[in-house]
Amino acid sequence: MKRLKIASLALAGMMASAPVMADLVIPDLSYRTGPYAAGGIPFSDGYQDYFAMLNARDGGIGGEEVRLIECETGYNTEKGVECYEATKGEGALVYQPLSTGITYQLIPKATADGIPLHTMGYGRTSAANGAVFRNVFNYPANYWDGASVIVNHLLNENGGSLDGKTLALIYHNSAYGKEPIRTLEELSKKHGFSLTTIAVDHPGQEQKSQWLQIRRERPDFVVMWGWGVMNQVAVQEAANIRFPMENFYGNWWAGAEHDVTPAGAAAEGYKSLNMNRIDPDLPVFADIKTHVHDAGNAAGDGSNVGSVLYTRGMYAAMLAAEAIKTAQEMHGESDITPAMMRDGMEALKVSAATMEGWGAPAIGPEFDVSCADHGGSGMGIVQQWNAGDGKWVALTDYIESDAEVIDALVVEDSEAFAAENGIEAGCN
Amino acid sequence: MFYREAGEFRTSYAEDSQTFPIRFDRWRYYAVLLVAFAVIPFIINDYWVNAVFLPFLIYAIAAIGLNILTGYCGQVSLGTGGFMAVGAYACYKLMTAFPDVNIFFHVLGGGIVTAAVGVLFGLPSLRIKGFYLAVATLAAQFFLVWLFNRVPWFYNNSASGQISAPERTLAGVPITGPNTEAWATYLFCLVFVTLTAVLARNLTRGSVGRKWMAIRDMDIAAEIIGVNPLRAKLSAFAVSSFFIGISGALFFAVYLGAVEVGEAFGINKSFLVLFMVIIGGLGSIFGSFAGAAFLVLLPVLLKNILVGQLGWATDLAAHLEFVIVGLMILIFLIAEPHGLAQLWRLTKEKLRLWPFPH
Repeated sequence: MKRLKIASLALAGMMASAPVMADLVIPDLSYRTGPYAAGGIPFSDGYQDYFAMLNARDGGIGGEEVRLIECETGYNTEKGVECYEATKGEGALVYQPLSTGITYQLIPKATADGIPLHTMGYGRTSAANGAVFRNVFNYPANYWDGASVIVNHLLNENGGSLDGKTLALIYHNSAYGKEPIRTLEELSKKHGFSLTTIAVDHPGQEQKSQWLQIRRERPDFVVMWGWGVMNQVAVQEAANIRFPMENFYGNWWAGAEHDVTPAGAAAEGYKSLNMNRIDPDLPVFADIKTHVHDAGNAAGDGSNVGSVLYTRGMYAAMLAAEAIKTAQEMHGESDITPAMMRDGMEALKVSAATMEGWGAPAIGPEFDVSCADHGGSGMGIVQQWNAGDGKWVALTDYIESDAEVIDALVVEDSEAFAAENGIEAGCN
Repeated sequence: MFYREAGEFRTSYAEDSQTFPIRFDRWRYYAVLLVAFAVIPFIINDYWVNAVFLPFLIYAIAAIGLNILTGYCGQVSLGTGGFMAVGAYACYKLMTAFPDVNIFFHVLGGGIVTAAVGVLFGLPSLRIKGFYLAVATLAAQFFLVWLFNRVPWFYNNSASGQISAPERTLAGVPITGPNTEAWATYLFCLVFVTLTAVLARNLTRGSVGRKWMAIRDMDIAAEIIGVNPLRAKLSAFAVSSFFIGISGALFFAVYLGAVEVGEAFGINKSFLVLFMVIIGGLGSIFGSFAGAAFLVLLPVLLKNILVGQLGWATDLAAHLEFVIVGLMILIFLIAEPHGLAQLWRLTKEKLRLWPFPH
């Protein structure tokens, strides 16, 4: 009898079927465990809190409640697949896996299932070519933009020329970390700087030899494509070899508070990219506080409000909510399907007024999405860590990326993908 | 009562030494095969196949492979992840180089290439044993992962270093790529599992398997009675790597569709498969299945119960999962150091006498 009970519980557990309801289903493939949890937690908190706030304040989007399904991936592709399969049957509108590895996995699957993917500033860069990647969006910016924004910023700082300078890229040895290499190679040809690439293996806790190499070669600038525990270690190692922090640039996934605080005062001056602005006084945070946190519904422990990655997760949720709204208006239906969501994302327009409406004025750049361009504006800002105040300070306004170099690369890579998979590029 | 030897008369050696000598056992085995081949394909959906059956079947092949090397031949290996990567990359190169060839042969090809690589890395086993061999195979693990990360030829120079499986078919039915049907991928893997399990079972009870076991039990004695250690050890490495290569190829091509060598085939994979073999039972084909089922299904089950049914926070559930799986491994190993296969054997012994043990 007992065994029967356990077996039936097991079977019920395996099925895990939730009732199908008419609402907007948003899966959140988060990771709150493992070596990348430090980045995964605030992002997921921001993502969830914003939708929870919309539910509490406005009763959802267009009158439909948002149902959020969280699924723990641990940044692991196998679990990511499991999460995808477990949630897609519930009518998932859009996936944001926050992992380049899982994204690569989901691109063909989600395309076959007709569900859009939003890989904001990560994933496969050439997905910016919407004619090939109909269901994949990576607005507001992608890795290649990021690499180019750093180089453009360095050009500005160095009087328009990087001739004879040396630049080292220290990267996570994975699809994620390898993404910027091709762009940086092109840019090094164009601007005459020399490029060294230094790989750090997952998870990145051991970087002594890499930083020894940097110490020996003394590059003028170090650019980092890191994530998770790798960032903290790199900042600490840079401090240990006394590398000048103001010449050390992280990308937008290597520029959060938890990346620099472990190194203490030694991290002063470290710079990183950001694709959104950080401002703890945004009106939307007050709404989140009253409607979500004070009601006791905060995602996680509620301690991350206003941090870099919380803000970015919230920004991702805002973009998704705006796309839902656009889709509802386009199709005149409040209970939209994933296909309608895709149309909404492709017709997304973000203006200063839109962001004002979110309660987050100037949180990101203004951009319009179209079928030809799923990549958004491609702009980024450079921010610097102020260890004394424990704050990121924006150094620049939005910097443009080098569209000439990047567009050519996007076309080349996406056409190769189209040829490999027999996709006919087109916007119809 | 039903499970008994009484009344069964065998009149030939073949009957006497068959895998399932008891009639009830034999029928049960046929029933399992029947359900697996003729019932499950009709009721399976995407979630079940991708979250439960494919990982179980594929890890079972890997566990059988490692069990041949470690359980039957006594050579400890920590290179399973690396060998799976060889299978995956070989399969990928074959798939892209010969797009018109049937995917079945690509997977087999992946296995054959891995067998060759396995023999190469098995050579040190002739001189070193035990922990030292484990370290040598660990070197294989790291070297292979490094190689596939370092040399762009292996991933066809793609910008990201990822390999992704293009669509390939078998008799017109897509087996890899995004447009697969659940039943097709399931049956494809099931055929490989059945073939490898039958092959492994027959190898291990024949002369080859006896040689392996002789080497495992005492290599000097084995050599004295005429077992050639070179051949025995290298054949174990070859067969084991062949199976692991097949599982790596299926893991990449059919299950995940896109992999990154460091993430998918890292040292964790080697340990995972080794744990499957240890928990399932060293030197047992059934044990390989039991171990794979235990380590693949239990986390999914726990997740679905804790998050899906009880509605707990996902991070809490994920952490608790580690605790529970770890505890259960400890309990199983203390209660039965010879693994789940031994528990199964004991159950069968008891069942033979049931319900009148005296």
